[in-house]
Amino acid sequence: MAVPRFWREIPQRYNLEGTECPKCGKKYFPPKSVCDSCRRESIGKMKKVKMSGKGKIYTYTVIHVGSSMFQLQTPYVMAIIELDEGPRITGQIVDCEINDVKIGMRVESVFRKIGEESKSGVIYYGYKFRLIK
Amino acid sequence: MRDVAVIGVGVTKFGELWDKSLRDLTAEAGLKAILDAGIASKDIDALYGGNMSSGLFVNQEHTAALIAEAVGLTERHIPATRVEDACASGGVALRQGYISVASGVHDIVVVGGAEKMTDVSPSLATDALATAGDQEWEAFFGVTFPGLYAMIARRHMHEYGTTKEQLGAVAVKNHHNGSMNPNAHFQKEITLEQALNSTMIAEPLGLFDCSPISDGAAVLILCPLERAKEFTDNPVKIVASAQASDTLALHGRRDICTMDATVAAANRAYKQADIQLKDIDLVEVHDCFTINEILAVEDLGFVKKGEGGKASENGLTALDGEIPINPSGGLKSKGHPVGATGVAQAVEIVTQLRGEAGKRQVKNAEIGMTHNIGGSGATCAIHIFEVV
Repeated sequence: MAVPRFWREIPQRYNLEGTECPKCGKKYFPPKSVCDSCRRESIGKMKKVKMSGKGKIYTYTVIHVGSSMFQLQTPYVMAIIELDEGPRITGQIVDCEINDVKIGMRVESVFRKIGEESKSGVIYYGYKFRLIK
Repeated sequence: MRDVAVIGVGVTKFGELWDKSLRDLTAEAGLKAILDAGIASKDIDALYGGNMSSGLFVNQEHTAALIAEAVGLTERHIPATRVEDACASGGVALRQGYISVASGVHDIVVVGGAEKMTDVSPSLATDALATAGDQEWEAFFGVTFPGLYAMIARRHMHEYGTTKEQLGAVAVKNHHNGSMNPNAHFQKEITLEQALNSTMIAEPLGLFDCSPISDGAAVLILCPLERAKEFTDNPVKIVASAQASDTLALHGRRDICTMDATVAAANRAYKQADIQLKDIDLVEVHDCFTINEILAVEDLGFVKKGEGGKASENGLTALDGEIPINPSGGLKSKGHPVGATGVAQAVEIVTQLRGEAGKRQVKNAEIGMTHNIGGSGATCAIHIFEVV
């Protein structure tokens, strides 16, 4: 991927920054420039909002055959997290035994390295999640 | 709007066809369809080609012109348009062809679908398929395409008590049907034990819950119904063509266990065809993973939400069941060359409605439906066909 693409995504991936509709209060992550419910009344008025990174596991899987960048990490847990603010997002669950993960468990986001372009290329950072004990 | 008929079909064998290129496959299916329809190249007005990712699979874009050239239409200089909606590319290409004939813009239209997937390693094919999901917000963090469907399956199990055995029953049924399909990628029966003990891909989905990576192509010839008898004695009428969309990422959906795009497209299709569910004799659904056949049976309305697992287990969806699902063997056994799939589903329904499906023929088949999904449910294309 091109370097400007990483710059663009830093606020979301590093800070979990989404948007909020000023009319109905619905929060979006990743950020959206229009509210699904209020549409034209929200255009140009969406507010930036930081997610807490806390939520619960809505569903999950243990990946045994990974995509090329993640193949060396298998088996690893991927989940859809329902954030306390409402939006659901996809992320890896780390720092636990893979068999300990269950639907409904509380998690919090952690800032981690996700991958790298090549040995001397750009390193990708972003969020992963760990169980709240 | 004019009524539209299918007057010719052609399909290649599906599988790991290392000695055949994308060009070879499209030429084979296209020429079969042209011969089947009894048309000449001078009759053809336009071509729509479904292809998901020839760029990533064979490093070639601009696929529609390639198809037109491969089937001998160079000197006709017809408009040739590629259609891409991930794994629903074929179904959406069919809909584009349908619209162009129904609107009166074109008379005779070639609808093709093709994918050449085995020229790259399985790992690169996995990367290419992941582009059907949300690259920035799903694949970037490490989730694979089977991983997305695995998360649907896990949630479906959690909410409705769906079992691994019920997923396995889908695979067993579809392999049984596919064993009678000479064009299927896999023509072998499997046991429930084999399905349950297969190598884990993304829990709870094992290898036998997943459709294979296949090469293949399929082609249909469409024309206005009023002209169909000029070319063939057994035209099949398209009585509905519908399409719907949803969020690209699975996590953005209203309900992860329901494909709202399927529900929306199905409602539009039933309304257009003006039929009841009980009128439908057979369906080809998008079982890219076993869980998706379960979702499809529910979302199309054949059973209540949550009872799709039981439908496969108790034989409701078997070849001789109340509503035969995937008589061709489905994506699971017939194979899933992604861009070809939506067109190949229509080829199967037309073959069944003509009574030419051999050992896997559904008895008294008069109305059939295809259900083609792109990504993890961001696109759905549905078509309903009826004997004339």
